[in-house]
Amino acid sequence: MATEEAGSALSFHPMEQFIVKPLFGDGPVNWYTPTNVTLWMAMAVLAIFLMLVVGTRGRAVVPSRMQSIAELSYGFIHKMVEDVAGKDGLKYFPYIMTLFMFIVFANSLSLLPMSFASTSHVAVTGVLALAVFITVTVIGFVKNGVGFLGLFWVSAAPLPLRPILALIEVISYFVRPVSHSIRLAGNMMAGHAVIEVFAAFAAIAVISPLSVVAIAAMYGLEVMVAVIQAYVFTILTCVYLKDALHPHH
Amino acid sequence: MATTTHEVAGAAADHAAESAGMPQLDFASFPNQIFWLAVTLVVIYWVLSRIALPRIGGVLADRQGAITSDLTAAEEFKLRAKEAEAAYERALVEARADAQKIVLQARAEIQKDLDAATAHADAEIAARVSESEHRIGEIRAGAMEAVVAVAREAAADIVAALGGKADAKAVAKAVDARLKG
Repeated sequence: MATEEAGSALSFHPMEQFIVKPLFGDGPVNWYTPTNVTLWMAMAVLAIFLMLVVGTRGRAVVPSRMQSIAELSYGFIHKMVEDVAGKDGLKYFPYIMTLFMFIVFANSLSLLPMSFASTSHVAVTGVLALAVFITVTVIGFVKNGVGFLGLFWVSAAPLPLRPILALIEVISYFVRPVSHSIRLAGNMMAGHAVIEVFAAFAAIAVISPLSVVAIAAMYGLEVMVAVIQAYVFTILTCVYLKDALHPHH
Repeated sequence: MATTTHEVAGAAADHAAESAGMPQLDFASFPNQIFWLAVTLVVIYWVLSRIALPRIGGVLADRQGAITSDLTAAEEFKLRAKEAEAAYERALVEARADAQKIVLQARAEIQKDLDAATAHADAEIAARVSESEHRIGEIRAGAMEAVVAVAREAAADIVAALGGKADAKAVAKAVDARLKG
């Protein structure tokens, strides 16, 4: 990284925040070790539980504030699934809601100081994207059989072009999980790294006010990015689901 | 960037390798992340599909139902109010017509009574007038007779006072002639 600028006075470690560390002791990171990943994913689960379960325990016809937020997020995703994937996509609504709630809470909680951004890791977003990719492909073949391959055969195009288009469609289909996961992880990682770099500049007294302003501005942007990326991930999932349910263009 | 730390060796060496590049590409941490992600997703899915989503969906459906039933009830009440208004309007018109009829009837009855009373009064008045006229005539006739008798007596007395010999028949004749003309 760019450590040559200010010599030894500044120490830039923008990527240190992403290191996966064991919560207890300093041992190796095995697959079962409770790490900061575990902690912050558990925080996300807790936050989701507080909002969607504890917040709605009143089951009020006139909702409380928390119940109102829970209902809004429910309605938001429900409508998105219905609008994008269609009525038959509503069967997968809990699955998509799970993805959205996890990503939006993991993103938002990672903005707390000293927290850990689990969604900035391609391991996490890659699994999410692959899960969507595999699920959607299986649904496509189960619902439409071989007809699912019609997704790649653009019948609107002139006949000589169709094989070429089919090739492009197949490639783009398989690139989906890559772009789907890198988009989220890249956005999260970049934002957090930039904030960290600005924070390192705050060590120089002359630059520090500017640095603080820049951090505040980046933080505002990151709050937006946290929600928007969750929204983008979810709506793309809905689009892929629509392709699986109705593969014909 | 090319940090490929396969071995899960000493933690110190591991950390040194990680801080050099992107922790995202430290494949040693992948199983850990993937395992905890799977646990997290299963827990969230379980909580959502078992508790949260049915509950919120139920609340939303209840609210929708309550709103719909309230709206239909309001519609019904409105309809009923309109009916009541129409009935009231009708009753008012009927009452007005009845009142008109009653007024006319009463007026006719009163007129009839009045006519009868007037006729009765007229008849009575006429009867009394004729009776009164009859009596006046009687009184007048009686008065005339009395006048004649008084005149004859007075004439006879005057003749006697003048020293004449009053012939009753001549006096009566003279008085009658005088009264007639």
